[in-house]
Amino acid sequence: MSLLGYSARRMLVAVPVLLGVAVLTFLLVHLAPGDPAYFLAGDGGTPQYYAMIRQKFGLDRPLPEQLARYLWSVLRGDFGRSLHQGQPVLTLILGRLPATLLLVGSAFIVSSVAGVLVGAWAAPRANGLADRALLGTTAVGAALPVFWTGLLLALFFSLRLGWFPVQGLTSPHRGPAGWERAVDLVHHLVLPVTALAIQPLAAVSRLMRVKMLEVLAEPYILTARAKGLPRVRVMVQAARNAVLPVVTVIGGHASALVTGAVLTETVFAWPGVGRLALDATLTRDYPVVMGVVVIASVGTVAINLIIDLLYAAIDPRITYA
Amino acid sequence: MRKRLAPGPGIGLVLLGIVTGMAVFAGTLAPIDPLRTGAMPLQPPSPHHVLGTDELGRDLWSNIAYGARVSLLVGALATLLATVAGLVVGVVAGYYRRGWDEGLMRVAEVFQIIPGMLIALLLVAFFGGRLWTLVPVIALTGWPLTARVVRSEILSLREREFVVGARALGGRDAHIMWRHLLPNAFPPILIGLPLQIGRAILLEAGLSFLGVGDPGTASWGKLLQSAQEYMRQAWWLALFPGAALTATVLALYLVAEDLHARTAPVLAQRGPRALGKSV
Repeated sequence: MSLLGYSARRMLVAVPVLLGVAVLTFLLVHLAPGDPAYFLAGDGGTPQYYAMIRQKFGLDRPLPEQLARYLWSVLRGDFGRSLHQGQPVLTLILGRLPATLLLVGSAFIVSSVAGVLVGAWAAPRANGLADRALLGTTAVGAALPVFWTGLLLALFFSLRLGWFPVQGLTSPHRGPAGWERAVDLVHHLVLPVTALAIQPLAAVSRLMRVKMLEVLAEPYILTARAKGLPRVRVMVQAARNAVLPVVTVIGGHASALVTGAVLTETVFAWPGVGRLALDATLTRDYPVVMGVVVIASVGTVAINLIIDLLYAAIDPRITYA
Repeated sequence: MRKRLAPGPGIGLVLLGIVTGMAVFAGTLAPIDPLRTGAMPLQPPSPHHVLGTDELGRDLWSNIAYGARVSLLVGALATLLATVAGLVVGVVAGYYRRGWDEGLMRVAEVFQIIPGMLIALLLVAFFGGRLWTLVPVIALTGWPLTARVVRSEILSLREREFVVGARALGGRDAHIMWRHLLPNAFPPILIGLPLQIGRAILLEAGLSFLGVGDPGTASWGKLLQSAQEYMRQAWWLALFPGAALTATVLALYLVAEDLHARTAPVLAQRGPRALGKSV
């Protein structure tokens, strides 16, 4: 089957699960104690006023009807409007998405690539001094909570040394000049990406090291060496085989990165979707909260699909079936 | 050949012992009431306040020691709840198969697709952040993994001779599940427990850091949240609670890694794939 056909089928199969996500989110949000009308209009309104609010937002309808309406509009890509800002939820989320994708994407690439390289580098040196030091470091690294790493990085590199800005995506009062703006953006990106990447980097490198050690013990590696293949080529060959199981686990980390984004965006006041989700939750902006959950779930499905495609691309034994 | 053991599990157990000790003996180890204000605010570490004081003059060491109670309690209870739920769902899905399997695994899939932090954030914010809501909410994000692992175990167990024999002897479903399947499906779950506890502790800390945790308790995440506001003046507020959190999670990871290594030959064949996510 073609790549496109396979991907399309996978997305189709995911639709019921995603609808399940929408139903679950809707029910959780609507079964929560507290009348949304009060959160919308504040305290101290007249009963008539609250009734009007309920009617305006369709909150007076029976729950199944509200749910059906919601699902139907979600299927058409309409997530409703923000209760507080009045804008369509999708517009709000799409507006915040680039910042989050930049953050999460960079952290994902940095942690995967660096993790694989570090692990592949350490395996042939197993039990040496460098390897042991690295093992200790990555054990701690894998346990680091992303928000604490973020706080420490900000504390040391921004507040103490002044090397990087503490918060935000760009500096204020900067012209739209191309180069300068890009540099400014990267400058702001360094600390959040580092904070978000450290934990998965450590975890990936540990796993890669173990898998690489397993591969290096295989007879075909011995054969390759006996044939007199250059060491580098043997290592590349081994790494290629060792990386397969690592890719699966990296896929698991991808959804963890989404979770980490909420925390990192909070630490660094990063104007992304995670921050939007938090603010919407705290102000009970139901449509935004539900929209973020559903779209983040779509993102998770997409990431898992990409990982599977990547898996097939690396391993010639796997085809789309 | 004797295998030389890595120092990891030893360090892990020692760290875990220290944190547990902190939680159990918080009252003795930290004689200053964690909620008592009145000392000079934002004091750096000193002999009197070994880890310094916060913006209201509360003793940081006391807060960290009492915070260990919250972290370990929430981590353990949430994991217990998630494990019980995962076991029940996994056994039922794997044993009855067909509709049960299909339905339950779809539900598990839904819960696995939603980023755990988002759903937990939503629930805790909307239903209140008290400990008794925090625990089930965190468990809600953890049960699908257990359920999946148990289910795949059951699927292979249910056709084995001893199970078929038990059924042939007229054993009831409940009896077979409870006496024959559950005990055999348990070991892989046991090995995963420290990781699950670590995950639960991190999630609780993350939620408290975002400001939706239990307002009535000293939690490491909450300490870090308030530390953020006073970062310029008081580095110790950001450093120590996070260090305690990291040490706890590290201890659990090291223990988990050792358990995995010890049982690797048994589990090697059904390792990472069984734990991976689908869709």
